Amino acid sequence: MSKILIIAEHDGTSLNPATAKTLSCALDFKADSVDIAVFAASGEAVAKQAAALTGVNRVLQIDNAANEHPLAAVLAPQVARLAADYTHVLGPSTTFGKDLMPRVAALLGVGQLSDIMEVRGSHEFRRPIYAGNAVITVEAPSDRTLVATVRVASYQAAAEGGSAKVEALSVDAQLPDHTRFGELRGGSSDRPDLQSAARVVSGGRALGSAEKFELIFGLADKIGAAVGASRAAVDAGYVPNELQVGQTGKIIAPELYIAIGISGAIQHLTGIKDAGTIVAINKDGEAPIFEVADIGLVGDLFQIIPELEAALG
Amino acid sequence: MQKIMVAVKRVVDYNVRVRVKPDGSGVVTDGVKMSINPFDEIALEEALRIRERGEAEEVIVVSIGASDCQQQLRTGLAMGADRAILVETGDRLEPLAAAQVLLKLIERESPELVILGKQAIDDDNSQTGQMLAALWDRPQATFASKLELTDGKATVTREVDAGLEVIEVDLPAVVTTDLRLNEPRYVKLPDIMKAKKKPLDTVPLADLGVGTDAQFKITNYAPPEQRQKGIMVEDVAGLVKALKDKGLV
Ligand SMILES: Cc1cc2nc3c(=O)[nH]c(=O)nc-3n(C[C@H](O)[C@H](O)[C@H](O)COP(=O)(O)OP(=O)(O)OC[C@H]3O[C@@H](n4cnc5c(N)ncnc54)[C@H](O)[C@@H]3O)c2cc1C
Ligand SMILES: Nc1ncnc2c1ncn2[C@@H]1O[C@H](COP(=O)(O)O)[C@@H](O)[C@H]1O
Repeated sequence: MSKILIIAEHDGTSLNPATAKTLSCALDFKADSVDIAVFAASGEAVAKQAAALTGVNRVLQIDNAANEHPLAAVLAPQVARLAADYTHVLGPSTTFGKDLMPRVAALLGVGQLSDIMEVRGSHEFRRPIYAGNAVITVEAPSDRTLVATVRVASYQAAAEGGSAKVEALSVDAQLPDHTRFGELRGGSSDRPDLQSAARVVSGGRALGSAEKFELIFGLADKIGAAVGASRAAVDAGYVPNELQVGQTGKIIAPELYIAIGISGAIQHLTGIKDAGTIVAINKDGEAPIFEVADIGLVGDLFQIIPELEAALG
Repeated sequence: MQKIMVAVKRVVDYNVRVRVKPDGSGVVTDGVKMSINPFDEIALEEALRIRERGEAEEVIVVSIGASDCQQQLRTGLAMGADRAILVETGDRLEPLAAAQVLLKLIERESPELVILGKQAIDDDNSQTGQMLAALWDRPQATFASKLELTDGKATVTREVDAGLEVIEVDLPAVVTTDLRLNEPRYVKLPDIMKAKKKPLDTVPLADLGVGTDAQFKITNYAPPEQRQKGIMVEDVAGLVKALKDKGLV
C-alpha cells in the first residue's frame, strides 16, 4: 500500500506549477492516496489551489509564523514528522525541493532519490546522470520511506477540477533559530515564467552585453515567450542567474525553444532536451547546437533578430 | 575562525562526453580525464580567499574514494589548502554515507565552516551538503553566490529559482557553492612542487565505522533518447515558414 505526501512549493500566495507537475509524477505510482502539505505562515489561499488539483486526497495546511519563508532547516523537521504516516515523500527538483528533501531524508536516516523522470513501479524509477548523458534505472528499498525529487520538466501539470479536503494541522517539532531569512531579490517581471512557459527565447555569450541582450527580450515579447540564457551570458552579467538554462540551471520543456548565439555545450543541452521544437540561430554552421536543433539557421544574430521580428509582424 | 573544511570529489572531467557501455552495466570511465568536481574547486577557492583575508587560519581539503583521489587532493594542496585527508574506500558511496563520513571528520577537526559543491557532476545528486547539515544539526546555505562572515555568522546569497535569496546562519554551518561564487585560480608549477611536501593523511573508511551498503540499486544504464537531426533553412523567410508549418507562430 503506497501513501504519498507531496511538499508544496509556493510563494505565500500562489502554488508554484512545479507542485502540479510533481503531482502528475505521483499519480504514476498508482498509490492508494496522494496528499499535499502546505507549510506557510497562513496557507489558506495556497491550500485551496492545491485542493483544486485532480487526484489529491487531502491537503494538509500547516500554518506557523516560522514557515513564512521556505527555510530547509525549519521545514525539514516538520516534514520528517509528517513522513511517519507515508510510504513516499516527494518534492519538485527545483531549488526549493533540492534544498529541502535531502535534509528531510537525512533526518529520517534514509537516502534520497533525485530527479525522477519516469516511474516504473512504486519503487522503480529512471533518472538522468552525467548531465543527461546516461539514464539509469534505479530500484529503491521498499522497507523504508522513499524521499525523492521529481524532474518537473518530465511531467505536465496535473489538471484542475478536484475538490480535496483541506485539514489544518499543527506539527509538533523542535524548530531551530540558527537560520534566518533576509530577503529575496527577484527579477519579478511581467514576462512568462521560464519554467512553465510554452515558448522560450534564449541568448548566449554572442549577445556581447546587457544592452544588446535587449534584442532577446524584444523578440521574446513579440511572441509572448519567456527569456532564458546560457551560463556564459549569466556569468558575463548580461542577465540574472535565474535565467540560466542547463544542467546546473533550469531544466525546461517548452513547446518552442529558440537558442540564439548559444554554442550548445552538453551542460546547456541537458536543460532543453525535452523541448518540443528547438530552433538554433548561430553564425557557426558547425556549432553543436545544430545537432539537436529541429530548425537551424546559420547567420549573424544581429541581422537575423530584427528581420525575424519584422517577418513575424 | 580556526578551520574551514572543503570536500572535493574526483569526477570525470566536465569536458568529457560520457558514454554508456554497450552492455548497459555502467559508463565508460577507463582512460578518461578525471578532475576535481568544478563546484568543489569553487568551494576550495572560496575557503582560500577567506583565509587570505585573514578570516580563517587553516583550510583542510578532504575527499572520499579510492587512492587515486590523491591526485585531486594534491591539486587542492597546490591551489593552497594547508593539508588534506583522504578517506579511502573502493566502494561507491551514496550521498548519505558520504555525509556520514564527513560528519566523522567534522567531529575530529571541529571546523567552523564546511564548504561543499552544490552538486557532483557525475551523479548530479545535489544532496550531500544538505544531508551533512541535517546530521550535524547545523544550518545549511545551499547554492551560494556570495558569502560574508561576521562575528560567528555567515550572510549568504543563494541562487534560487526566483532570483537571489539572502539568509543569515549561525556558525558552524555548511555552505554549498554555485557557479557565480568565484572564479577558481589556476595552479602554477612551483605550487605543485610545494604541494608535494604538504601533509596528506589517509584514513581507511573502516576506521570511521560508516557502512557503505547502497540503498538504491542501479539495474541498468542506458544512453539518453537522441533527438532527430532537423532541417536547415536558408534565411529568415525559410525559418518563419518552417515555424508556421509546425503551427508554432
Ligand atoms: C560545472 C559546469 C556547469 C555548467 N552548467 C551550465 C548550465 O547549466 N547552462 C549552460 O548554458 N552552461 C553551463 N555550463 C557552461 C557550458 O559548458 C558552456 O561554457 C556554456 O553553455 C557556453 O555558453 P554560450 O553557448 O553562450 O557561449 P559560447 O560557447 O562561447 O558560444 C557562443 C556562440 O555564439 C556564436 N556566435 C558568436 N557571435 C555570433 C553572432 N553575431 N551571431 C550568431 N551567433 C554568434 C558562436 O558561433 C558560438 O557558437 C557549465 C559548465 C560547467 C563546467
Ligand atoms: N566522495 C566524495 N568525496 C568528497 N566530497 C564529496 C564526495 N561526494 C560528495 N561530495 C561533496 O558533496 C558535494 C555534492 O555532491 P552530491 O550530493 O553527490 O551531488 C560535492 O560537490 C562534494 O563537495
